Amino acid sequence: MSAPLLELSGVTREHRQGDVVVQALRGVDLSVTPGELVAVMGPSGSGKSTLLQLAGGLDSPTAGRVCVEGRDLAGLSPAQVAAVRRRSVGYVFQDLNLLPSLTAVENVALPLELDGVRGGVARRTARAALDEVGVGALAGRFPDEMSGGQQQRVAIARALVGPRRLLLADEPTGALDSTTGEEVLRVLRARCEAGAAGVLVTHEARHAAWADRVVFLRDGVIVDQSGPVAPAESLLAAGGA
Amino acid sequence: MIRMLLWIVGGGRHGTGGSCLGHTAYAYSVSMSIRHGLLALLQRGPSHGYQLRAEFDAATGATWPLNVGQVYSTLDRLERDGLVVQDGTPDADGRIAYRLTDAGRTEVSGWFGSPVSPKGAPRDELAIKLALAVTTPGVDVLAVVQTQRTATMTGLQQLTRLKARAGDGAEDLAWSLVLDSLVFRAEAESRWLDHCEARVARAATRRPAPGPAAEAAGAATVERSRR
Ligand SMILES: Nc1ncnc2c1ncn2[C@@H]1O[C@H](COP(=O)(O)OP(=O)(O)OP(=O)(O)O)[C@@H](O)[C@H]1O
Ligand SMILES: [Mg+2]
Repeated sequence: MSAPLLELSGVTREHRQGDVVVQALRGVDLSVTPGELVAVMGPSGSGKSTLLQLAGGLDSPTAGRVCVEGRDLAGLSPAQVAAVRRRSVGYVFQDLNLLPSLTAVENVALPLELDGVRGGVARRTARAALDEVGVGALAGRFPDEMSGGQQQRVAIARALVGPRRLLLADEPTGALDSTTGEEVLRVLRARCEAGAAGVLVTHEARHAAWADRVVFLRDGVIVDQSGPVAPAESLLAAGGA
Repeated sequence: MIRMLLWIVGGGRHGTGGSCLGHTAYAYSVSMSIRHGLLALLQRGPSHGYQLRAEFDAATGATWPLNVGQVYSTLDRLERDGLVVQDGTPDADGRIAYRLTDAGRTEVSGWFGSPVSPKGAPRDELAIKLALAVTTPGVDVLAVVQTQRTATMTGLQQLTRLKARAGDGAEDLAWSLVLDSLVFRAEAESRWLDHCEARVARAATRRPAPGPAAEAAGAATVERSRR
């Protein structure tokens, strides 16, 4: 098995508000290797978004270590962390935050351009990412000219664009109907099978089931996990006996 | 493929009285549920058949009414298997009380600790199990829920694996729609488990706490050993 692309060890995140301490995560261990999609499930407030933000370097743990591609984020300068975020990590947030003044394709091309990719190349790559999630035809539209589900797919294209190897998705299927939601999961799964590592937060068991492993969070603690699942071939073969 | 189809048949036949196979599996599972149900009730203390029947009906809201003959024949088999013994002599009405043996106690905790299998089993066993879990002292209901949730998720992951490899042909479409029906059923079960967990946690925080231990249990934290 290859080295983990994401590794959380003993990760705790406390929020202090005056005398009150909220422990959003407590001693969480989780590692995700290239090729693997891991789903995180748990009730509201159990720490799912906190886990993703820590994994992507948007927040730092109060204890424990977060390593991305073998590098401890705590040992990097803010500029280095920003570079890891731009180059290695693709996010789909719970709120999509597409820039309203940019078209779909411009929104998707933006992270590439910020990383120094030339305009024409960035646009072609962005267009391909939009095609992959089925909204290529909407490339020239502004966010307020699209439905919630269409915006969500643009946000997913933005997270997938370029050579991102760690994909973090927080409820990426929230505004999507059942079949469109499934399309998005197929895309995410295909990206992981092609070598990315993915972490997917979702409330829907049906969507979590696309993952290789599902971890269950309760009150900031991983209480159980299911998987890894046997490959489809062996599931069918076992029945023939 | 065959196993998958048996699974579909077993689940789908429930209640229709369909094929011999489905019917037998159903009857078997129901008798297993009664067996374990009675053992769980005896965990509260010695009891006789009439009383057990009344308690079973009370715990499950009379959704699966038992007749007293079923109860006594089940008790006979449990006694034969060494899981219960007669407790003292018959009372004035000639009724014999039974109590759990150590083996019986082990059987009960094994039942609560293991998930209900979807293969050929009607979902009723899960409902019976949870209904008894919330009324049986010393059972960690949230752990029972989580054990089932993990098992249900594993099944869901397997179905999704099979679905993922289905192509676009007409036959594949038919196959994947059948898989979808199982997927949605497993999802409904998983949501029902979420609902049960939330209700149990809320009930635990509302109930006047008998002691600090119960209060800690009410914090909705399911601390269980990882497999
Ligand atoms: N900045 C903050 N200050 C104080 N508490 C916070 C802060 N951010 C998160 N929390 C608390 O940490 C816990 C975990 O929050 P988190 O957003 O990770 O939950 P979640 O599992 O993503 O929930 P949801 O399903 O509702 O999105 C919650 O109790 C939350 O109130
Ligand atoms: Mg969240």
